[in-house]
Amino acid sequence: MIAIVDYGVGNLFSLASSFAAIGAEATVTGDAGILRTASHVVLPGVGAFGDARKKLSLRGLDAVLCRIVEEGKPLLGICLGMQLLFARSSEFGTHEGLGLLPGEITDMAPRLPGGLKTPQIGWNALHLVRPEHPLLKYTKEGDFVYFVHSYSAVGCGDALLAETEYGIPVTAAAGRANVMGCQFHPEKSGDAGLSILRAFLEL
Amino acid sequence: MITKRIIPCLDVRDGRVVKGVRFQGLGDVSDPVSLARHYSEGGADELVFYDITASAEGRKLFTDVLRETAANVFIPLTVGGGIAGLADFARVLESGADKVSVNSGAIADPRIIGEAARRYGSQCVVLSVDAARAGDGWHVFAKGGRVDTGMDALEWIRRGIGEGAGELVLNSIDTDGVKRGFDLPMLQAVCAFAAVPVIASGGAGSAADFVRLFREVPGVDAGLAASIFHFGEVTIRGLKEELAAAGIHVRL
Repeated sequence: MIAIVDYGVGNLFSLASSFAAIGAEATVTGDAGILRTASHVVLPGVGAFGDARKKLSLRGLDAVLCRIVEEGKPLLGICLGMQLLFARSSEFGTHEGLGLLPGEITDMAPRLPGGLKTPQIGWNALHLVRPEHPLLKYTKEGDFVYFVHSYSAVGCGDALLAETEYGIPVTAAAGRANVMGCQFHPEKSGDAGLSILRAFLEL
Repeated sequence: MITKRIIPCLDVRDGRVVKGVRFQGLGDVSDPVSLARHYSEGGADELVFYDITASAEGRKLFTDVLRETAANVFIPLTVGGGIAGLADFARVLESGADKVSVNSGAIADPRIIGEAARRYGSQCVVLSVDAARAGDGWHVFAKGGRVDTGMDALEWIRRGIGEGAGELVLNSIDTDGVKRGFDLPMLQAVCAFAAVPVIASGGAGSAADFVRLFREVPGVDAGLAASIFHFGEVTIRGLKEELAAAGIHVRL
């Protein structure tokens, strides 16, 4: 059973539906006990980093997620859920993340060449930095996925799995051991997105 | 590089698509779920559903349709029509919408934009503006384009972005339904200052109109249309191939 972490941010209906579409059973839950019995855990999220981080800790879910990772279960963060896996973010002040992936989250705007808008909203192509990574098993160079974000991960080192080009190279996916994250929305990226969810399920 | 988006728009009343849809090979042409799936498979980058229902019963049918679409179609869904407050945002977001567009509701009470942006994030709040030429500029129209508010469109858009709208749908009343191309002067005027994505709407009659749109107003991020796609005059795939041939970056 896949558990989608419900901590009061965003609409999880599409995400649960996308797992159903690839034949998997997904439960949306904020219950630590259920999360710990899941085979795979997905951390979604939209909105602001600080607010989401606070909601996670208020529910005690930050510690639960760290324990799940220690136990070796696959964890996939999506969009803001991915950003929460890093050490810190500078969105509206400095906030500590879960520190499960190397690097940090910074505003894209000052890094972008002129004329590019933030948020980046729309479909952009993936450049696979680590095509052999199991999360990218069914993903091809140049596959299009759907992004909505103003902040992005920098300094991921060897955890960088895929990038996209938005005037500058932008981290699209990152992973280390059983912890992975996608900046884009696989549940909104058509077949290319469902392929990534399928690869995650097979971990 | 990020691609230009092509967005078909479906008007839904009492759970059915209105504006006759004429497709070969699509059984029930007024079923929003089949049509949404058809467009998604054809390469649409996003879908917009406008709820033009007046009754509470119709509204319930709309959220049912939305839910079924979101369970079957995995591209972004924007929902508009009858959004007057945070309760409406919650209702459609819980039923699978990714973004919510506000129009008359925001004119009646502009605070709705900021309240929704704070609760759901700016990326979720789309300001939809119906505007028509008035003297040297453009006026904002309310109630589906029927009522001239007298408000300057550029000023209203500036305010909406300031309040927290994360995207803009600009529908030109002058070009809507005429099928002779988008309202390029109005789009140019908005793109000159808008720091959020701009979606052009109203006037598409051919693939060439989209080529002209993206060439002449490079700041436009997406083109939205309804009847041109519904009547099968232009397929999404065919349109995107023409755009690509013209050097415009699209997802194929």
